Amino acid sequence: MHEFSITMNVLNIVEENAMELNAEIVHEIEMDVGELSGVDYDALNFAMQHTKKSELLEHANLVINRIPAKARCKACKHEFDIKDYYTACPDCNHFDHDIIQGKELRVKAIKID
Amino acid sequence: MCDTCGCGQTNNPVTFNKPEEENEPVQHDHSHGQPHDHPHDHSHGNVIQIEQDVLSTNNLLAERNRGYLEAKNITTLNMVSSPGSGKTTLLEKTIQNLKKELQFFVIEGDQQTMNDANRIHATGAPVIQINTGNGCHLDADMINKAIKNLDVADNSILVIENVGNLVCPSLFDLGETYRIVIISVTEGDDKPIKYPTMFHTSDICIINKIDLLPYVDFNIEKAKEYALRVNHHLQFFELSAKSEEGMDKWYDWLKSQA
Repeated sequence: MHEFSITMNVLNIVEENAMELNAEIVHEIEMDVGELSGVDYDALNFAMQHTKKSELLEHANLVINRIPAKARCKACKHEFDIKDYYTACPDCNHFDHDIIQGKELRVKAIKID
Repeated sequence: MCDTCGCGQTNNPVTFNKPEEENEPVQHDHSHGQPHDHPHDHSHGNVIQIEQDVLSTNNLLAERNRGYLEAKNITTLNMVSSPGSGKTTLLEKTIQNLKKELQFFVIEGDQQTMNDANRIHATGAPVIQINTGNGCHLDADMINKAIKNLDVADNSILVIENVGNLVCPSLFDLGETYRIVIISVTEGDDKPIKYPTMFHTSDICIINKIDLLPYVDFNIEKAKEYALRVNHHLQFFELSAKSEEGMDKWYDWLKSQA
């Protein structure tokens, strides 16, 4: 359950930014989370429900943008969708590829008043 | 647009002020008392773009650790595995056999107990135990504090034995030179594709307990093939820390790092 410590990091980032902007309340936290980020969406949601206890954050909704994973084959440069690390290139059957999308784990935006 | 409360005005956020304050804005109450006869959006708030990586604090601190360790010419190994793969036994044997040639410092990570630190202490290597309580991994901040506490010597080898867990520690860079994932032949040979993130982020894979191969169904070639599918650049060592079979290659590699 590293999602709890991930959540603590998320809330620190949100709180820091919200306080800098003199926000009184955070309505929404928008995150980009890649399918290969190593974070489970449900666990992240669950952890968030149980950690946002401060007055500033307790009403904040978590919105997760799921970013599908894409790879570029190192052998033939073909770009393709992947769901895991061990899918071969559909064009040349090579396993060596770079993940070019899907490892995102970031706080994209917050909605505040 | 609602003139009563201002909602729907994108550039004019709702404000809350007490009546005695200057320029009295309307005290905001969503039970307006009078019914509205026009539709409007009641979602409030200004959207502020943040675009900040969630692990940025850990990653920055890990880079600080890395810089400090590189400057002191300390080779740092982050050992990760499931519980029970034999990390501590491997480390005990390694220190016992190489301590005349290499200087070892050890950071032990476990949820609880001093057991592993006591075992390493018995080998004579300086060691510090981090007990994470409920935590499932070590992070760069813990390592930063432990390094200061341990006073690691220049030109030495620092081994970090992470919390036994094949999932969570994979996301947390500690500032190590090499990440070493250990599997034992008593586990399934499909571990690399079941827990790919750890294998994807590791540099070296040690397959331990090979003395037990005749008694288990573990297919070592299959395990390596799976691991290479996930990470093409993995370097393998097949050994048994208990019988010491295959340990020479591991020792040679360690000596080449010093």
